[in-house]
Amino acid sequence: MLYFSRLKAAAVFGACLIGILLCLPNFWPAPKNGMPWPQIHLGLDLRGGSFLLMQVDMDAVAKEKLGSTVDQVRQDFRKSNIGYTRLAADVAANQVQIGLLDPTQRQAAITALNDLLVPPNGPGSLADFDVSGDGTNLILTLSKPAMQARATAAVTQSIEIVRRRIDSTGIVDPQIAQQGDNRIMVQLPGITDPQHIKKLLGETAHMTFHLVDESANANGGGPAPIGDAFLPMQGDPNNKIAIQQAVMVDGADLTNAQAGQDPQTGGWVVNITFDSLGSRQFADVTSANVGHPFAIVLDNEVISAPVIREAITGGSAQISGSANAQAATDLALLLRAGALPAPLTVIEEQSVGPELGADSIRAGAISLIVGFLLVIFFMAGAYGLFGWFANISLVANLIMMMGILSLIGATLTLPGMAGILLTLGMAVDANILINERVREEVKNGRSPLQALEAGYKRAYGTIIDSNVTALLAHVMLFIFGSGPVRGFAVTITVGIVTTLFTATVFARLLTSRWYVSRRPTALPV
Amino acid sequence: MRFFYRPLFRLVPDGTRIKFMRGRFAGLMVSAVLSLASIGLFFYPGLRLGIDFKGGVVMEVRTAQPASFPALRAALAGHDLPDAGLQALGGKNEVMIRLESRANAQATDAAVARVHAALDQVSPGNQVLSTSAVGASVSAQLFRQGLMALGLSLLMILIYIWFRFEWQFAVGAVVTLLLDITKTIGFLVITRLQFDLVMVAAILTVLGYSTNDKVVVYDRMRENLRKYKSMPLRELIDMSINETLNRTLGTSMTVFLAALPLAIFGGSSIEDFAIVMLFGIVVGTSSSIFIAAPILLFLGEKRLRRDTRPAKSEDPKKVQARAR
Repeated sequence: MLYFSRLKAAAVFGACLIGILLCLPNFWPAPKNGMPWPQIHLGLDLRGGSFLLMQVDMDAVAKEKLGSTVDQVRQDFRKSNIGYTRLAADVAANQVQIGLLDPTQRQAAITALNDLLVPPNGPGSLADFDVSGDGTNLILTLSKPAMQARATAAVTQSIEIVRRRIDSTGIVDPQIAQQGDNRIMVQLPGITDPQHIKKLLGETAHMTFHLVDESANANGGGPAPIGDAFLPMQGDPNNKIAIQQAVMVDGADLTNAQAGQDPQTGGWVVNITFDSLGSRQFADVTSANVGHPFAIVLDNEVISAPVIREAITGGSAQISGSANAQAATDLALLLRAGALPAPLTVIEEQSVGPELGADSIRAGAISLIVGFLLVIFFMAGAYGLFGWFANISLVANLIMMMGILSLIGATLTLPGMAGILLTLGMAVDANILINERVREEVKNGRSPLQALEAGYKRAYGTIIDSNVTALLAHVMLFIFGSGPVRGFAVTITVGIVTTLFTATVFARLLTSRWYVSRRPTALPV
Repeated sequence: MRFFYRPLFRLVPDGTRIKFMRGRFAGLMVSAVLSLASIGLFFYPGLRLGIDFKGGVVMEVRTAQPASFPALRAALAGHDLPDAGLQALGGKNEVMIRLESRANAQATDAAVARVHAALDQVSPGNQVLSTSAVGASVSAQLFRQGLMALGLSLLMILIYIWFRFEWQFAVGAVVTLLLDITKTIGFLVITRLQFDLVMVAAILTVLGYSTNDKVVVYDRMRENLRKYKSMPLRELIDMSINETLNRTLGTSMTVFLAALPLAIFGGSSIEDFAIVMLFGIVVGTSSSIFIAAPILLFLGEKRLRRDTRPAKSEDPKKVQARAR
């Protein structure tokens, strides 16, 4: 047990050296050229910043899909001359319900809806809808797998859009990740007041251009004519405008959007540029409707509805109506980043100011130093020389723990600092077990060498048993915990692993070196 | 040099032979009463759930001058926030403001904005140190996950000990752990500490630590069962506890010393965690001696003894297990 070959001894010291090397990057700032620089990251609770957990509104995804399907069905039936009495989306049941005029046209109707019912990517892929009902009743049910695929796509796309929006605000080092099925976690270091970000992320920013139905009276109180919708003006919910629901140009066909000032009026505007498809559509609709108003709709509100003075064929246009520079900049940012496929709701929010973060770091550091010293004094007093071996191992343990935490790029939180301290307190348990064992063996009349051998050997099983059980509890905490608590589970788990090495192998090597050089006749126990 | 070489003290003098098993009924009774009382406290008045598990808003604020609570309360009520709870935080003019869960994100934002307005009215120059808002759906999920972590940990510990020892040991350990946990919950109710995710972490740490303690004592019992085949179980358990007493108290001491500075210097968020840890260390250490061991004595009076004596009809698997 006490014999170490040169190679083995070198390996043990080498492991400690690697630990030291891995710790080093934490003391220098990361180089700019983006080479891997493993470092412990400070959690938001120590660094200050905001954490947002947002939920993607899946009902809205389904509603949107059903709504567009209703439009599609209407167009398909018109093309194939199929009469219908009823056509409505039932969001609760995930269905589109159709009442046919003539039951004999049923097969023709299904054929007309071919594009909805046949898998878009050939056989084997998923069809969006299942058909059911009989006679004049035709029911399209959004299939579960299609819904699932759509939801997954919506979350992935949302994350992308959220990232683009946050990146364009210039926040340094944001973290955006999916959590669970339909949640997005955003961490914003250094942002103490997340209101502006929340506002940016809270809008779906779906922009569309519509013609205005000038014959309808939107503020008269009656229902909107078929194919029209009454939408409020932005900032003036009582003033409604009747727009034609058909989308003339979609905001998705933009290539650029920049905030600027109108040289004539001095008001804030957003200058937009369309891609080739958008430019063509925009040119077509403006040349056909000179003299008529053209509504710009963002998230079911009309931003403005200017009258088309002449055909716009250059592919660029101007959106007026922004209240100030900030509003224009935000709108340009949202249009550049693209629309969210579904609304996001903030369901959890935390922000920590930099003062509190600094306080926490100080509190953690003081606790660590004091706790470390208390443990070291206790071990020295209770176990003498072997206690000091344990203390040296403890320092090695701390270094290796930091090294591994840097290597995996772990996030250090305040509970994580507590975890480090508790690990140190529990790490000496292994040394205590060994020392007590050695002492018993000495009492039983064994020679120093035999006592050391037997002590290490017998304590080993106990050390493994007791550490594995502690490990189990913390792995569970890691799996089910979240946020700072997870940081705690990580440090303790890493700590248990390093403890097994330093307390048994490293301390044993120190003991062996000492024994070989001194050849003591009695052990200091 | 001698200071560094020889130990200066021993926690338990050599040759200590305390007859712990004499107090087994007293120990179990006290423990059972405390745990039952804790279960009672769990139902009434019940745990004070933290924001993680209940939802709502918590803001920590530093005021320029010492805050006047009545004035602040009146201002908050004046801003349509009658449900706001106030709590002083360790000195330094710090106040914690708590709001109940709101119906949706907009309402939450509006409420937070009104707190800001009320603060500016009563105490200009205040600094909001931190804000947390947790929606009801998240808190319910966090609570479920917290309980899941606790339950699964217990189950895994049961299975591990069962594999490594005889089943009596596993049952003894898990029953003792359950008694430990109930007492910790009772402690949380009495001290009115908030039960949140950090507390679950504290309880799990105590759980891991306490199991560790029991495993060491059990390990020694198992060893002695093999060594002294004819010693009555009661004496054997006493002997095992006495032999490991120095280690049991020594490790409790080091963990206690490590957790102590956290309770003193750790600041509001980690103090509560450390206090529960300290409580758990004391409970876990005493339960190893006064609860886990007597349970083993009751469960194993006949079986463990018989198993260790070589018998004709012995299950070969068990011989193998013991040989390890």
